[in-house]
Amino acid sequence: MRYIRPLSIEDAVGQLAGSAGPAAILAGGSDLLVRMKGGFVEPELIIDIKGITGLSEIRATADGFSIGAAVPCAVLGENAALKKAWPGVVEAAKLIGSKQVQGRCTIVGNLCNASPAADSVPALVAAGARAVVVGPSGKRTIAVETVPTAPGRTSLAKGEIIEAILLGSQAPRSADAYLRFIPRTEMDIAVVSAGVNLTLDEAGVVTAARVAIGAAAPTVLLVEEAAEALIGRKLDEAALERLAKICSGACRPIDDKRGTIEFRRKVAGVLARRAAQTAYARAGGK
Amino acid sequence: MNFDPRFSGRKFASVGTRPIRPDGVDKVTGRARYGADFNMAGQLVGRVLRSPHAHAIIRKIDTSKAEALSGVKAVITAADLPDLTDGDAAMYDILDNCMARTKALYDGHAVAAVAAIDARTARQALKLIEVDYEVLPHVTDVDEAMAHHAPLINDTIFTEGLEQKPAKASNVTKRSQFGHGDVHQGFGAADFIVERSFKTEQTHQGYIEPHACVANVSTDGTADLWVCTQGHFVYRQHCAQLLGMEASKLRVTSSEIGGGFGGKTHVWAEPVALALSRKAGRPVKLVMTRDEVFRASGPTSATSIDVKIGARKDGTITAAEATLRYSAGPYAGSWAEIGAMTAFACYKLDNVKTVGYEVLVNRPKTAAYRAPSAPMAAFAVESAVDELAKEIGIDPVEFRIRNAAQEGTRSSYGPVYGPIGIGPTLEAVKNHAHMKAPLKANQGRGMACGFWFNFGGQTCVDLNIGMDGSVSLAVGTVDVGGSRASLSLVAAEELGIDYTQLKAVVADTSSLGYNDMTDGSRGTFSSSMATISAARNAIKILRERAAQMWDISVDDVVWEQGHAVAKGEKHGNLGKLSLKEIAAKSGTTGGPIAGHSELVADGAGVSFATHICDVEVDPETGSTRVIRYTVVQDAGKAVHPTYVEGQYQGGAAQGIGWALNEEYIYGKDGRLQNAGFLDYRIPVCSDLPMIDTQILEIPNPNHPYGVRGVGETSIVPPLAAIANAVSNAAGVRMTHIPMSPPRILAAIEAEREG
Repeated sequence: MRYIRPLSIEDAVGQLAGSAGPAAILAGGSDLLVRMKGGFVEPELIIDIKGITGLSEIRATADGFSIGAAVPCAVLGENAALKKAWPGVVEAAKLIGSKQVQGRCTIVGNLCNASPAADSVPALVAAGARAVVVGPSGKRTIAVETVPTAPGRTSLAKGEIIEAILLGSQAPRSADAYLRFIPRTEMDIAVVSAGVNLTLDEAGVVTAARVAIGAAAPTVLLVEEAAEALIGRKLDEAALERLAKICSGACRPIDDKRGTIEFRRKVAGVLARRAAQTAYARAGGK
Repeated sequence: MNFDPRFSGRKFASVGTRPIRPDGVDKVTGRARYGADFNMAGQLVGRVLRSPHAHAIIRKIDTSKAEALSGVKAVITAADLPDLTDGDAAMYDILDNCMARTKALYDGHAVAAVAAIDARTARQALKLIEVDYEVLPHVTDVDEAMAHHAPLINDTIFTEGLEQKPAKASNVTKRSQFGHGDVHQGFGAADFIVERSFKTEQTHQGYIEPHACVANVSTDGTADLWVCTQGHFVYRQHCAQLLGMEASKLRVTSSEIGGGFGGKTHVWAEPVALALSRKAGRPVKLVMTRDEVFRASGPTSATSIDVKIGARKDGTITAAEATLRYSAGPYAGSWAEIGAMTAFACYKLDNVKTVGYEVLVNRPKTAAYRAPSAPMAAFAVESAVDELAKEIGIDPVEFRIRNAAQEGTRSSYGPVYGPIGIGPTLEAVKNHAHMKAPLKANQGRGMACGFWFNFGGQTCVDLNIGMDGSVSLAVGTVDVGGSRASLSLVAAEELGIDYTQLKAVVADTSSLGYNDMTDGSRGTFSSSMATISAARNAIKILRERAAQMWDISVDDVVWEQGHAVAKGEKHGNLGKLSLKEIAAKSGTTGGPIAGHSELVADGAGVSFATHICDVEVDPETGSTRVIRYTVVQDAGKAVHPTYVEGQYQGGAAQGIGWALNEEYIYGKDGRLQNAGFLDYRIPVCSDLPMIDTQILEIPNPNHPYGVRGVGETSIVPPLAAIANAVSNAAGVRMTHIPMSPPRILAAIEAEREG
């Protein structure tokens, strides 16, 4: 096994593209190191990206925020502007693992681990986040929901690294929220989860919405029909009921050690409704 | 020795105080040495190869490639642990469990092991061992294992305890029965009868420290073993027997213990580590991973229990009956038998009958887990009792008080009770502020009672007085719950000295006589008895030395508050002599001063507890939060009340986890799906409320200070108390433990749909 710590993204991409055997990117290591210790993966090359200039920063951009791939989730919670603009994304990132894990883990790692139960991903999808991908043939920007393709698999090509996550600046009267279900209070993995992002007009009518459901299908689901059920309406009981029903219906869950099909379906709707209510209140809706 | 163990009703100076724990600083600073903290020069890393199959014949094991790998110093299979058990069936089961001989009986069953120069080489070597399995049909569910068509796990098992030996082998190893009176007649006299079936899933003790040991076998046939265990003397006996050694040639030293709860009462890795060391000629360290702990140590039984209880309108129980089926893993056990004994132990019953069935399944061998078998039986019985109280229209506490066992009651399992605490705990609960606190929407309250036998057993203690007057206490019961502090308090009490003048240690097996292990809540009960006895023996010598120093008759010397005092008019002018003064002169008055004691501590007083629990259930998700919890338990006498409270809280915390989320989940392939703390969900700190405790002290007549064991009873009521609370909050009777959110939500939905 070889461990390297490149100082530029170009070098990292070059090393990754040129690797002959299995290679892995190391940021916080909260997935990679656990999987290595468990004997599930045995990478020949480990590329630590924490030395790369700029990757450990959250930058304010003209359009919003750029969150570097090596920024630990705990740091997201310490950025007042980000917290104000995207409380749902930040609360999702701050639910991963434990306090200690949050000091290491990153949202890019969470995205690239490609678990359908990843906490930050439904929130990022609902927020319309984009990923900056750097590869041997240059840079491209893609919607985060296109990154995971199946449990443990991503759309990234050989040699590609996600350099940053881009979040827009929130429109006025907008807010997001994220909720997950776990049987305990912390240090657990989502049985099912929901992220909702809403924009309201001055009368409190929803003008834009994005709804995402986690841990209910092989990848996080962006439920466009659920968003449509909210747009043009205040968050009345009928709209919420319809939202819940659509979200439950959109699920394609499995029975496993963490929950049953029936449970995930039912609770997906409950969480979407509750997350929508939180987002609505945060956006100033009454 | 003429030791009188009877309760004397004395006043205490040290016992009942709360000094800081002597092991605390080392534990919080990381200096304390746990099982994996021992190391030796030249030590090898041991690793175990485990069966991926729930049930399979081992046709052949080829270790040649592993042996050829550079850095591998020994590879062993069952052939390296020949059968020396000489017809002892229980020992044979232990041997077979340590290393599968002809069949792998569960996912995780050890089939081979290696010792190599490092972990990487050891892991590589495991991959090079080729095992040829013939996979057999398996069964992991306790009810399915009892069915006629079930795969047979051991074709030499014919159910014991039946009137006639059955014609066919089965997975039921034993039937046991307890009770008295005529239940048929009793049910005839009942106005109300509740009859229900319950299930509980298998749980693990969940100790934070995995099993770990270092074995060092010398070419002269002697050996050392450093190990995390609840009973190093028992480990010595078992290991010596399995390896064909004389017990005295094997010295076992117990480490600090990061939790055991009954799970560190059996050998698994230790004989393997010794066999590897013997073959390699070097020390071998063997540490289980968490995955191995779950798959291949000793969880508790899964159960299936039917309960039927009848009562008259006035609230008198007329008959009680239960059938209890407990999984034992692939080897015979007595788990259902214990469940059948404890099930109705809280109550005064004229007509009672319990029947237990021990059931083999393709799961790891069941081991003790804190009051083993009692929590599941209490869950079933206390749920039915609660439901019956509701049907009759009596307050559940009042109903229990009316039927509670008392001094003189013939227990459901046979013996007649002495003074006991069930009534007082119920009265305390009835009057507790918790019972009157208001509840909000979606909240429910439950309460339940629990019983545990407690145990005494063989115990040996040495008390040595140094020339500076400080006292060292060597005990042989491993300190799992603060016994070094408690025993120091007891010695201080007897000697009349300050607690800080004492230091207690757990002696190794070559330094002290045999001790039974720390189980059955016996540690403080039995070792305090031996400590009292040892201290009194030392006092006798101290008096003799004082008499010698004064040149008077020992009959004229008494021991008072840490001093020898000369009695009688003719000695009135003699100043008293402190322990320190006598110790300082010991070199010239006859040598070292010590007190020794060896005894069988009989008369461990039975223990009862009643718990109250408030929960809030989210009716849309089935999520449960425990919002308030109170433990009331009889301690006999709380030697160190902080530790006693800790035991009460710990049992409740483990019970909360068991009640709500912990369970072994097996796939259709018979493999354990959740062998890790991520998906085997023990409660985290934020899941628990502050657990309130109330200590009652109903003296045990068979202990000088009235001490009863306290460690186990606290886990008996929680499953039932929480189930009653959840059932009240959710509006539907929960009959399957754990009450995980999917189970609660499904029950609520089913109730809603009628």
